[in-house]
Amino acid sequence: MTGATKYMSRIVVALLLSGVATGVTAGGHSYAVSNEKWVSECGACHLPYSPQLMSAESWRAVMKGLERHFGVDASVDAATARELQAFADSHSASGKRAAGPATLRMSETRWFQHKHDELPAGVWKRPAIKSASNCAACHPQADRGIYNEHNVRVPR
Amino acid sequence: MRATRGRALFLATVLALGVGQAAGATPAEILAGLERSARASDPAFAGFSAERGAVFFKSTHGQEWSCSSCHTDHPAASGRHAKTAKPIAPLAPAANPQRFTDAARVDKWFKRNCNDVLGRACTVREQGDVLAFLMTVRP
Repeated sequence: MTGATKYMSRIVVALLLSGVATGVTAGGHSYAVSNEKWVSECGACHLPYSPQLMSAESWRAVMKGLERHFGVDASVDAATARELQAFADSHSASGKRAAGPATLRMSETRWFQHKHDELPAGVWKRPAIKSASNCAACHPQADRGIYNEHNVRVPR
Repeated sequence: MRATRGRALFLATVLALGVGQAAGATPAEILAGLERSARASDPAFAGFSAERGAVFFKSTHGQEWSCSSCHTDHPAASGRHAKTAKPIAPLAPAANPQRFTDAARVDKWFKRNCNDVLGRACTVREQGDVLAFLMTVRP
């Protein structure tokens, strides 16, 4: 009995460690999107933003409003909605990246604003950037979920 | 004898390919499906019109965007999302053989885009006219 308990606790530790390993990857600002539906559905109209960039509450708000998503009908069928929601729930931001009230706009999260606070206000309006939603303008590997600071190139 | 066997093999290959693309339809089949719905709801239905579809495609309908806003006036060309600027592959089947080969996908995008362009669902006739038009567009 004791042996079995020990064995179980070892499994739990192993699972926790694998969770920590995922966290370490996220610490390097690499948030690969591993769900095919997420990539094809979100990516049909824009960069498939990594779920790790917003809190679960924010993603729930996004999913609730897909019929009128930033002014565009992005509705999905019920089965797809369930899969996307489950993926968001299990991969959404945690800890300091999830701080602050729920929002539809990634650029309004505290985490985003903190990470971009050194940029002059006018930067988002530069012709090659246009909007804070255009991650790939400065993060060339954003489509693969890579936001590493060493790769950042802010267009003039 | 050999010719017959060759033909049988050819037929088998065609069938196998057909089965391999179980979800696959052709634009003509999708158009035929729309035509059946149109006839069922209106006995006087006189067929789709590519000309009407072209006008519909290139016009706005009380909202900001037309179909052309994202798919261009010549939908054999690549388009660009009017809001996000993401490139959109050509819509005309002659330029992009993947288009109009999946009925569920066709329904999904008509629902979304008609809402964006007209603020309502498209009628079957509008959908058929647009597809009839797209099938006439050559690269």
